[in-house]
Amino acid sequence: MTGEQIIFLLVALFTLGSGFMVVTTSNLVHAALWLVATLFGVAVAFALLNAAFLAVVQVVVYIGAIAILFIFAVMLTRKDMRDQGPQMNRNWWVGALLSVFTFVGLFFLLQGWSGLSKTAADIPAGFDSISELGNALVSPDAYVLPFEVASVLLVAALVGAVYVAFNRK
Amino acid sequence: MVPLSWYLIFAALLFSIGLFGVLSRRNAVAILLGIELMLNAVNINLAAFWRYGDVLQMAGQVFAIVVFAVAAAEVAVGLALVISVYRRRNTVVADEIDMMKW
Repeated sequence: MTGEQIIFLLVALFTLGSGFMVVTTSNLVHAALWLVATLFGVAVAFALLNAAFLAVVQVVVYIGAIAILFIFAVMLTRKDMRDQGPQMNRNWWVGALLSVFTFVGLFFLLQGWSGLSKTAADIPAGFDSISELGNALVSPDAYVLPFEVASVLLVAALVGAVYVAFNRK
Repeated sequence: MVPLSWYLIFAALLFSIGLFGVLSRRNAVAILLGIELMLNAVNINLAAFWRYGDVLQMAGQVFAIVVFAVAAAEVAVGLALVISVYRRRNTVVADEIDMMKW
């Protein structure tokens, strides 16, 4: 087993363990903090995949903005610091069963695919993935249209969020 | 070198954990936390297919960025709805938010 594989396994175990704590812990502030740990593990996975820009955006946007938004929402929607009652609904075992079936289904789907044991080719010399990504995002013959549609969607959603959460006196 | 299958199985496990959270948590904010886990699993898949496919094709990373934007939009609208419902009904338990249930 090479060093890279050991690092990947440690990161994956850390991420999955934190993800499991997100969905099972009863204190929601703790769940939001475990989400930060999970997102950080995913950022390390991006770094292992040589996707440097995605790793940085993951830390800045997900941990810096979305996770903090979650902590705000948790604090704004609780009467006291303890959560009363069960955190799982009555049919939690159906959810557990469905998610296990989903994983088993995905696993068998992957088993039947021939490209599964593929290893990554070396990055070509002089290849700068960040400048390539920047060019792809603004070039008219690449992905400028999805990029602009995503930004319009984000503006519309944020305006809608302000409208929905606005407190009319 | 890590084979592609490890990343895909890792992402599938993270997706299943998120699905469990969405299906079984009572608190609406916790359901949104589960959705975040599922979106992150998708992003791992996109980045892995970019790296293990043709690195000169940036589609994987570009769509991961689109997923980031959609996740931010989804969280903003979702949490605004949760806060608005909390203000009117004084609850964030998904079972008790039944105004539209006939």
